[in-house]
Amino acid sequence: MYDILIIDDETVINEAVVKIAESEGYKIDSCNNAIDGLKKLKKNQYKVTLCDIMMPEMNGFQLLNEVQSEGINTNVIMITGFSTVENAVKSLHMGAIDFIPKPFTFDELISSISRGLEFYNLQERIKNSQIGQDEDSIIYVPCPPKYMKLGNTSWMHIEYEGAAVIGVTDLFLRTIKSLSSVELMAVDDVLIQGSTCTTLQTEDETPHNIMAPIGGKIVERNEKLLENFSLLEKDPYFEGWLYRIIPADIEYDMKYLVPCSTERV
Amino acid sequence: MKRFKQKFNKIALKLIIAVGITTAIIISIYSYFNLQSQNDTLLSEFERHANQLSNTIIKSTRTSMLAYDTETTHDIINTIGEDKCIREVRLFNKSGKIIYSTTPSLIGTMVDKNAESCDGCHSSDRVLEEIPIDERSRIFQLNPDSSRIMGLMNPIYNEPSCWEADCHVHPKSKKLLGVLDITMCLKEVDKAQRESTIKLIVLALTSILVLSLLIGFFVKRWIDDPVSKLMLATREISAGNLNYSVKDLGNDELGILGRAFNTMTKKLSEARMQLFQSDKMSSLGRLAAGVAHEINNPLTGVLTYSSFLLKRTKNNPEMQEDLKVIVRETMRSREIVKGLLDFARQSVPKKHNVKAREIIDRAVVVVNNQLILKHIELEKRFDPDLPMITVDADQIQQVFINLIVNASDAIENDNGKIIFSTSLTNLLPYGMTQIKTAFCPKKHNLIDNEIKIEAMPTIKLKAAAAKSSGQINLDPIYGKNRHQYNLQIKPGEDVHVSCPRCDISLIDEKVQCPKCNSQIFTFESPPNGMFEGCTNINCDWQRWMSVDEGGQKTYVKIIIEDNGGGIQPEDLSRIFEPFFSTKGQKGTGLGLAVIWGIVDNHNGTITVESEIGKGTKFTILLPVT
Repeated sequence: MYDILIIDDETVINEAVVKIAESEGYKIDSCNNAIDGLKKLKKNQYKVTLCDIMMPEMNGFQLLNEVQSEGINTNVIMITGFSTVENAVKSLHMGAIDFIPKPFTFDELISSISRGLEFYNLQERIKNSQIGQDEDSIIYVPCPPKYMKLGNTSWMHIEYEGAAVIGVTDLFLRTIKSLSSVELMAVDDVLIQGSTCTTLQTEDETPHNIMAPIGGKIVERNEKLLENFSLLEKDPYFEGWLYRIIPADIEYDMKYLVPCSTERV
Repeated sequence: MKRFKQKFNKIALKLIIAVGITTAIIISIYSYFNLQSQNDTLLSEFERHANQLSNTIIKSTRTSMLAYDTETTHDIINTIGEDKCIREVRLFNKSGKIIYSTTPSLIGTMVDKNAESCDGCHSSDRVLEEIPIDERSRIFQLNPDSSRIMGLMNPIYNEPSCWEADCHVHPKSKKLLGVLDITMCLKEVDKAQRESTIKLIVLALTSILVLSLLIGFFVKRWIDDPVSKLMLATREISAGNLNYSVKDLGNDELGILGRAFNTMTKKLSEARMQLFQSDKMSSLGRLAAGVAHEINNPLTGVLTYSSFLLKRTKNNPEMQEDLKVIVRETMRSREIVKGLLDFARQSVPKKHNVKAREIIDRAVVVVNNQLILKHIELEKRFDPDLPMITVDADQIQQVFINLIVNASDAIENDNGKIIFSTSLTNLLPYGMTQIKTAFCPKKHNLIDNEIKIEAMPTIKLKAAAAKSSGQINLDPIYGKNRHQYNLQIKPGEDVHVSCPRCDISLIDEKVQCPKCNSQIFTFESPPNGMFEGCTNINCDWQRWMSVDEGGQKTYVKIIIEDNGGGIQPEDLSRIFEPFFSTKGQKGTGLGLAVIWGIVDNHNGTITVESEIGKGTKFTILLPVT
């Protein structure tokens, strides 16, 4: 049982990731192409798989498809040098749990890996609760059925025509440590779907970037959250909203969102 | 040979040759006939003169003849025959016997009746008296070298005094008594003829030459020079220099052609610019994708290792400082690559409120080493009371860094200087403000969401010209005039505009365009009052009173000046084009294109002024919100 598998055709990146993961005490395996990676995934159990998108022969999206269709139990995090928001959104839509644009820092990598591992633990606990072994607590609060979400990271709710509220899912918050601060963008700033809309700092000094579920112009931000960021953890879907925005192209963005009613973990 | 052929192929030379040949032919024909008639007149005059002389001889010998005084007759004839011009005088009777002659040896001999000189009378059986003077004369040459000779025969008729004379030589029945034949040399006549021929030829040649020269001069001035200017222009244009314009060629057809040529070049240049704008997006997109992927992988190595080291050396403050620089600058590289991608896909910058001077200071820190190495002095003239600007600090920092690097590249001497100055400026909304609402007097919405200019909905108006009707889509930016016409309008023609839904006229009869006196149209654009524009398509007048009053927009003006080599005037308009570089192998030609894209994405403008040898000045205007 490994914690992490890194698949990248660039040796220097493989080595760096291995070094960093090992320094944090994770058990990590690596390989430099997707075909070998798939073989490894079938053979061994990995909690988290870091996978480059652009690789020869078989690319990251193809591997992600294989993982989904074969039902391999691993959380895929996409990493790519072609770091466009489209790729990020597409990755989450296809079932990856996160997207790290290259080049990334130590913190960014560790924050994403730790969330992936935590997410894996959550999944295990859910499985256990379903078979009746772990009933003592609510594992997470699912987002309301009328909401839409991008991956398992952020949610969006259309309040009335032309205005939407966005926020962070409880599932995401459960994968990170307690918050130490929240940064919000300014009113009139413009969001793009998949770009970072807020950075949550946790007590372990790790920043976690939240991708915006839809693009648009910020017309209001939750000032209460700046005073009391624990609102986010207490009530992520109502009191803990982030921004009220005017969507730029909601029809286009909606293609990559999934309704919360069909939640899958 | 080729050169000669080229010369010959010139219109001017062809024209000169054609005109020269035509005048030569005309003057030759004229001269020929003129010479002929002159000769004829001269000869007939000479004939008359000879006839007169002959009559004089007959009359002067009359007395001696009547007296049958042969001696005196001889004397008279000989005396007259002494004249240089008179070659021979003969008198012979009707049977052809020579009775008197200036050549005594011939006296008594018979003339040859079959000789040519006798043809005049004897071939035609006519009576000599009836024969006109020019048929009695003959012109001949004794040998080819000698001058021509004219012979003239004059009949001597019988009269009462002849048959009544005492000598009784001639009976009354005779009608013709004899013939006086006088031959005179035509030397003088020939000489006069030669002289006048030479005169005429000289005159003809001179006039051909003068005419050719005159025509050559005017052809060169009116045709050759303008045509070669046009040729030069076409060569420049085909070589890609679309800034070249033909100098004023006057008001004739070539002048009009020159102006039309300039208009065409201008349009071509605009079209090329537009083409570039769209083309650069796709080519930059492809390039950025490749660059991003290629650069991001090595950058990942640098960033992961350096940030890893930063974590591991927490108790080594000295190393921490250096490592922080590596991490920070690698992060900046990451933003640059990302910016390239953003520019390529025209995405919206991540804006925050910052002070312009902070961004400039940060930019200067990055390139400071390069400036010190090149001994370039950097002067900052900052306005201390500048408001914050809402910009993507990373992108704007990149703009400044690129401009400083460009400036330092342009500086080659040792006393290089770059001046940064910031100030606040107010500009009119003309050319900046978007028309977002438009209604006809009956409150029909005129905004057209289907036809857009630069992604902004246009204002749709129904239009009717003299021969065509259709619609006009107005540019939604006040003062920019990039309207789309879906009908045919002649230049200078007034167009009638109305609401496309209710056809109510939008023309304001009371007001005339202050610029061209054409009619103006008007519509309401709440909440900003009435919008007015000129109906003449050649006129760019527009007025939006309440917006103009509402005033000027505030911009932060940032000027970066250097005293480097400057930019060639022909390059100046192209420097913002992608892949245009004057640095050869050193540059990618993307720097200024990216800058332009960034500033444009911030709703700002960037302009450049440059003078060779004096330096270059970039002016950036960023809106204050």
